[in-house]
Amino acid sequence: MSPIIKPKGESFSLPGKYLLFILTVLCTVMMLMTFSTDIFNRPLNTLMAYVVVPFQRGISSVGGWLSTRSEELAQIRVLLDENEALRQQVNELILENTRLQQDRYELNTLRELYKLDGQYAEYEKVGARIIARDSGNWYHTFTIDKGIEDGLEVDMNVIAGSGSEGGLVGRVVSVGPNWAKVVSIISDNSNVSGQMLATGDKLIVSGDLEMMQNGQIRFSQLLDSAGAVVSGDKIVTSDISDKYLPGILIGYIGDINLDSNKLTKSGSVTPAVDFEHLDEVLVILTLKQTVEE
Amino acid sequence: MRRKLVIAILILFCFLLQSTFFQSLSFNGISPNLLIVLTAACGFMRGEKEGLVIGFFCGLICDIFYGDVIGFYALVNMYIGYLNGKFSGVFYPEDIKLPMGLIIVSDLSYGLICYVFLFLLRGKLHFPYYFIHIILPEMVYTTVITLFLYPLILWINTRLEKVEKRGA
Repeated sequence: MSPIIKPKGESFSLPGKYLLFILTVLCTVMMLMTFSTDIFNRPLNTLMAYVVVPFQRGISSVGGWLSTRSEELAQIRVLLDENEALRQQVNELILENTRLQQDRYELNTLRELYKLDGQYAEYEKVGARIIARDSGNWYHTFTIDKGIEDGLEVDMNVIAGSGSEGGLVGRVVSVGPNWAKVVSIISDNSNVSGQMLATGDKLIVSGDLEMMQNGQIRFSQLLDSAGAVVSGDKIVTSDISDKYLPGILIGYIGDINLDSNKLTKSGSVTPAVDFEHLDEVLVILTLKQTVEE
Repeated sequence: MRRKLVIAILILFCFLLQSTFFQSLSFNGISPNLLIVLTAACGFMRGEKEGLVIGFFCGLICDIFYGDVIGFYALVNMYIGYLNGKFSGVFYPEDIKLPMGLIIVSDLSYGLICYVFLFLLRGKLHFPYYFIHIILPEMVYTTVITLFLYPLILWINTRLEKVEKRGA
């Protein structure tokens, strides 16, 4: 690899350490520039839309199919046993069902009254499929198959489920022509400003890699001077958040601990969305109104 | 030219598998790191220069899709590729111990660097947890996948070298 001895006719080649140095400088410059601007995003995102995303779409559908099959195989044995027990239950439940169906009609009428069902109905939404997940194991980021062409923009909110079951998934942080990158609220680098549905107390919900092992994330800076917040209370996005629309369900309070400053409380939150089995999401096409400077 | 094309396809192939297929087959949320295997393998097979260029592109593709800042993963992978290239002098295709060792060390250092820069600097000090739950499982899973992926890369490389020799 010595630069001095080279066969005739071969073009000049740069020794490895110089190339390393040049690329190191390039990377550093790019890192510094992405802190202040996003000039790389548009061309790179467009390039990826044609090179990578079509393949991801194809493979993810195959991969999803395979994982469903493998889950099926693993569960067959358990299912056979369960089937026996469940058959007996079915008979009991049929009886109960008739009674409950009457209750349901009543519930539906009540729901309509409380407008619970149409919680997020006023926003225009577009459905999207998750086609790839973060290739590393540190953050929970994923790619969806809708982009600028479908009207998506950076900072749009992403929810999952429909009607009263819907919960906050995250927000769009980067868009390409036919794909978008979503950072979920369980990602360790994500923070959401929330408030208690019942009392209106503000709090911060942050993703936490360590607590995610138990399917939970962290909340902090809850003031709650009245001590009215209890485990199981609903947390929704707050009015003062500048990225998230108000009133989207985030999750439910788990443990509550008083911080060492004796003023604020922190603890765990169980997210409303099942992030483990997330396949399809809804992107809200309305952006949070911000004050023009 | 042929080599560049093949390598580009290989990078794309590894990234696609890693971000889609292996995410479905992840154990407890941990998926293997194929791009590190590719970077390290190309490094000790082909030398410092090729290792660092391939590392750079492997990292860049991760940056575009999942990075906070463009350039971080590119930098990490590039150095891993470069350092693996230092071992190209003692690499023999018949020997599996050195490649396996290098790939394991590469993935371990990748995990440690990610922890230090992405978590430690943000005040997440509970290192034993992250080591046991993220870095170690990723290393083990990656090692298992290497047993299948490495012979493939080796075979492709040998074929390419044969073709190149014939052409020259």
